[in-house]
Amino acid sequence: MENLEQLVQEGLAAVSKADSLQALDQVRVDYLGKKGILTQQLKSLGNLPPEQRPAAGQEINEAKQQVQEAINRRRDGLEKAALEQKLASESIDVTLPGRGQDPGGLHPVTRTLQRIEQFFSRAGYTVEQGPEIEDDYHNFEALNIPGHHPARAMHDTFYFNPGTLLRTHTSPVQVRTMEAGKPPFRMICPGRVYRCDSDMTHTPMFHQVEGLLVEEKVSFADLKSTVEEFLRVFFERDLKVRFRPSYFPFTEPSAEVDIEWGREPDGSIKWLEVMGCGMVHPKVFEHCGIDADQYRGFAFGLGVERLAMLRYGVNDLRMFFENDLRFLRQFR
Amino acid sequence: MKFSEQWLREWVNPAIDSRELMDQITMAGLEVDGSEPVAGNFEGVIVGQVTRVEPHPDADKLRICQVSNGKETVQVVCGAPNVREGLKVPFAEVGAVLPGDFRIRKAKLRGQPSEGMLCSESELQLSDDHEGLMELPEDAPVGKDLVSYLGLADVTIDVDLTPNRADCLSVRGIAREVGALNSMAVDAPEVAPVDAVHSEVPDVVVRAPEACPRYLGRILRGVNLTVETPLWMQEKLRRSGIRSIDPAVDVTNYVMLELGQPMHAFDRDEIQGGIVVRMAEAGEKLVLLDGQEVALTSETLLIADHEKPVAIAGVMGGEHSGVSGKTRDLLLESAWFDPIRIAGKARHYGLHTDASHRFERGVDYNLAREAMERATALLMSIVGGEPGEIVEVASKEHLPAELTVDLREARVEEVLGLAIDRTTVEEILSRLGLRVEKLLKGGWRIRVPSFRPDIAIEEDLIEEVGRIYGYNNLPVTEPTGSLGLRPQEEAVRPLSAIRDYLVAAGYQEAITYSFVDPKIQTLLDPAREGIALANPISADLSVMRTTLWSGLLKTVVYNQNRQQPRIRLFETGLRFVGGDDGIDQQPMLAGIVTGNQFPENWANGRRNADFFDVKGELEGLFTLLGIEVDFIPSQHPALHPGQTAELVRDGEHVGWLGTLHPQVQKKLDLNGTILMFELFLNSVVSGYVPNFKEISKFPEVRRDLAIIIGSDVAFAEVERVARKHAGECLTALRAFDVYEGENLGEGNRSLALSLFWQHPERTLNEDEVHSLFNGVIEALKEELGATLRS
Repeated sequence: MENLEQLVQEGLAAVSKADSLQALDQVRVDYLGKKGILTQQLKSLGNLPPEQRPAAGQEINEAKQQVQEAINRRRDGLEKAALEQKLASESIDVTLPGRGQDPGGLHPVTRTLQRIEQFFSRAGYTVEQGPEIEDDYHNFEALNIPGHHPARAMHDTFYFNPGTLLRTHTSPVQVRTMEAGKPPFRMICPGRVYRCDSDMTHTPMFHQVEGLLVEEKVSFADLKSTVEEFLRVFFERDLKVRFRPSYFPFTEPSAEVDIEWGREPDGSIKWLEVMGCGMVHPKVFEHCGIDADQYRGFAFGLGVERLAMLRYGVNDLRMFFENDLRFLRQFR
Repeated sequence: MKFSEQWLREWVNPAIDSRELMDQITMAGLEVDGSEPVAGNFEGVIVGQVTRVEPHPDADKLRICQVSNGKETVQVVCGAPNVREGLKVPFAEVGAVLPGDFRIRKAKLRGQPSEGMLCSESELQLSDDHEGLMELPEDAPVGKDLVSYLGLADVTIDVDLTPNRADCLSVRGIAREVGALNSMAVDAPEVAPVDAVHSEVPDVVVRAPEACPRYLGRILRGVNLTVETPLWMQEKLRRSGIRSIDPAVDVTNYVMLELGQPMHAFDRDEIQGGIVVRMAEAGEKLVLLDGQEVALTSETLLIADHEKPVAIAGVMGGEHSGVSGKTRDLLLESAWFDPIRIAGKARHYGLHTDASHRFERGVDYNLAREAMERATALLMSIVGGEPGEIVEVASKEHLPAELTVDLREARVEEVLGLAIDRTTVEEILSRLGLRVEKLLKGGWRIRVPSFRPDIAIEEDLIEEVGRIYGYNNLPVTEPTGSLGLRPQEEAVRPLSAIRDYLVAAGYQEAITYSFVDPKIQTLLDPAREGIALANPISADLSVMRTTLWSGLLKTVVYNQNRQQPRIRLFETGLRFVGGDDGIDQQPMLAGIVTGNQFPENWANGRRNADFFDVKGELEGLFTLLGIEVDFIPSQHPALHPGQTAELVRDGEHVGWLGTLHPQVQKKLDLNGTILMFELFLNSVVSGYVPNFKEISKFPEVRRDLAIIIGSDVAFAEVERVARKHAGECLTALRAFDVYEGENLGEGNRSLALSLFWQHPERTLNEDEVHSLFNGVIEALKEELGATLRS
C-alpha cells in the first residue's frame, strides 16, 4: 500500500506522456483496465485486516479517480488539438473567385422600357404590341396624316412599296387597338420604329413608347399630371416640367414636353425636349369608329433611347445598336 | 424662319428684353432654335469719309488715305482695292476695339504712319465678305457711331416652325403672335394701291386652275436694275438670312419676308407672248436660276410663256427669263398655288426654296394683291419705272372655301380642364385674327382668316386659346376614370421572366437592326428571300431579317474583332417572312454562344461551351415556362448536320438548336464553335397554372442499369421504350453515364440509367419493383437490341 502514491504518480506521468488518443487509451487500460495496475490493488485488499479494508479501498478508488480525471483531461486536450489540426488542414482561400456562371444583362433600352412599362402598368395601362411592317393607312391616314401632308416629310419613311412601310412611330398600334376594342382605353405601345436617317444623332431604328388614354371625361390638365408624374418617377427627381405648344397631326391641342436639365451658360434653366403629347384629334377617333362627342383622350409619345441617354449619361446614340459587350455590360 | 428682332419690333414692341421675347415666342409654339447678334462685338467704329488717296512710296498694294471723322482728318494706310476719294466707310479710330478684342493703335505701315483702320464687312462680322471695304451710302452722316447708324444692337432670331404654322413664315405673322401674347396692337406698314400709268398688261392664261387658282401679273416698265438696293433693305434681308442679289430680287424677297407672299420677277423682254400657267409635258426641260437643267415631269406645275417653260411654279424661276442689270421692263408675278399640288415637287428636283417652303405649307390665299402693291411701291422707290394695271386670273371654285368654326364655351373647359372667361377667349382669338362673326348661345361662331389654313375644327380654336393663355397656366389634375383591370394571365409567362432567366444563365441581351445584310442572311436562310426595302440606308441594311441570327452573328464578329472571345447573346424581336397571304411578323427569341462555357478562372477552367450546355439552359427555360419540348435530330442549312435539333412541342415546330455549320462559319469569318438557338416566342410562352398534387409519404426506390446499345439508337428512343414498360409508378428516369470505347465494339455505346419508382399510397414491394425493372431490361433487349452490361 505504501507504493499507491507512487503508482498514482507514475500513472499521471504516463497520462501526460501519451501523445495520441490511442496511447492514452493504452494508459487507461494499463492502470484502470480489469487487469490494470490500480485495479489490481483492489484485489490486494483481501490481505488486509477487515477493519482497514474500507479505508484502503477508498484510498485506491480515489487514486483511480485521480488517474481517470487526468485521462479525461488529457483526452479533451488531445481531441481538441486533433480537431484544430483537422480544421487547420481544411482551411481554404476564401478570396479566390467562385465557380460557375457570370450573369449577363439586359440591354439598356430594355432596362429603360421596363421602367416605363412599370410606371404605366401601375397606373392601369395595358401594354400593346403591333406589326412593324405597317400599311400606309395605319401609319399615316388613320392618324390624320394624308398623302400630301407636310408632316410626312418629317418622317423619312422606309418603304417596301407605295402602300407598305416600316412604321415610323408606334401610334398605329393605338389605332389598331382602338379599332379592335371599345373605350375606355389606357394603353402604352412600346416598340421599334424606323426612320430613313443615319448620322451622329440618328439611327435608322430606335424605340418609342406611345401612350393613350380614352375616357368620357379627360382633359389636357389630366394629361399634364400623367406626364409630369411619369417624368418625376422615371428620373427619381422633382424636376421642373414645361409644356410647349407644338404640332402633331394626330393630336389637337398638341404640346412638346421639356424638362429642366441643368443651366445655360447665362444662368437660365436649360430645357431639354423629352416627349410629345396632346389631346387625341377627333379625326383619329373618327377613323377608329369612336364617337368623339362622347369620348375624349390624350396621347403621348417618347423616345426610349433619348431617356436612356439622359438617365445613364450615354453620349452616343449609335452605341445602342453596335452591341459592343464592353458597352452592354455596363448596364448589368 | 429667320428674322431680325428690330424688324419685328417695328411692328410690335413689347417692353421685354430679347431673352424674354424669345422665351415668349417659344412658349407660344414657335420654337426659337437660336439667336445670333447681327454684327460682331466692336466699339469706336464711326462713319468715316476718305478725302484723299495717294500711293504708298514703298508698297504697291497699299495706299495712303486721308480720312475725315467729321471733326478732323487723319492719315490711314489701307490696302483695300476699292478705297477711293469720297467713299464713306466704317472707320475704326485709334482706341477702337474690333471683334476678337482687337484694339486699334497708332502704327506705321512700311514706314508710313497710320491712325486707325478702314473696315470690311467681315472685319466687323457683318458678313463673310472680305473683298474690300464696306461701302456706306453717300448720305451716311460722317462721324456717326456705326452701331447706332446701322442699328446693329439687333439679333437674328431663328424659329423652327411646325409645318402647320405657315402663317408665321413672315414678320407680319410673328408680329401677330407677339401682339396676342402681350395684348398689344400691331402696327402694319400701310400698303396702298399703286395707280397704273400705262395700259400695258401681261397676257395671262391659267390652264391648270385647280393647281393655280389665283395668278396676278403686272408690268413695271423702264426700271434701272443697276442701282444698289438701299442699305436698310439689304440689312433686313441679311439679318433674315437672305443675301442681297439685285433690287428686283431683293424686293420680292423682302415682301416675302415681310408679308409671307413669295413673288417672282421676270424680265418682260424674255417672255414670249404672255404667261401660261399649265402642267408640264413629259420631256420638257428648263434651266433653273441656280444653273441646273431639269427634265420636268407631267405632275409639275409650270409658269410658261407661249414657247417654253419659264419657271417651276412656286419653286424656282428659270435662268433665261431672270432679271439682270440689262432688264428694262419687269413682269411681276404674285400667285397662290394649291399646297397639295406643290407638295413634294421641290424635293423631287432636289430643291428646297423659300418659295416652295411657303407654298407647300400654305400661303394666305388672299394676299397676292396686297403683296403686289407693296412690291410695286418698293420697286418704284428704288429702281423707278412705270406700273401698269394688275391682271388677276382667279378661279373661285378652286380657291379654298371661306370657313367659320363654332366654338363652345363648355368645350373649352372640358378639353383644357379650366373655365376661361368669355372676354379672355374673345380677346385671344381676335388678336390672332380669328374674328367673332356671331355670338352663339354658350359660344361663338369664328371666321377663319385666309392666313390660317391650319384651323378647321373646334379643337383647333381651343388649342389657340390654350396656347396663348399658356399651357403652363392650365391646372394639373389626375384622370378619374376607373381602371377596368383585366384578368392576369398566369399561364403565359411575361417576356421579362424569359429575359431574366437568360440573364441569370449568363446571356447578354442585344438589340440589332431589323434590316440586315442579305449576304449574311442568304447563308443562314438560303431558301427564303428577305423582304427588301425600296429605300434602304445602305446595302448591308437592306432586307428584313428572316432569322434573328443574321444580326446576332454580325454582333459576334464585331465583338470577336474587339478581343471578346467569350460571347453569350440573346435577342427578342420580330422576324419578317413574306408569303402569298402577306407578311408574317413573328416574335422570336434567339441566342448565340461561343467561347468558354464559364468565365475562365481557377475553378471553372477553360472548357468551351458545347451543345449540351446550351441545351441544358433551354431545358431550364422550358421548365420555367412549364412546357415540354422534344429535341429531334434534324437538318438546317445554317447548322452542323450532326449537331442540329429541331425543337418540337406537342407536334408543333417551335424552334432550332444547333452548332453553326463550319462552312458558314468560315464564310462569316468567325472563330471557334458557335452554338445558336431560335424559338418562336408565341409557341413557348404559354404553359400552365400549377395544380397541387399530394406528396407521397412512401419511400422511393432506385434501380440502376447499364446497357450496350448501337450508337445510332437515340437516347430518346431508349427512354421512350423504358418508360413504356416501367409502369405508372415511375417517377424519374435519368441517364447518368454515356460511354463509347473500343472495348464495346464498333458502333456501340454504353448507357447507364437510373430509374425511380414511388407509389402515392403505399410502399412498393421488392417483387413489384423487380418485375418492372426486368420488364424494362427485356424490352430494351427485344425492341432495341440492347445487351446488359456486366
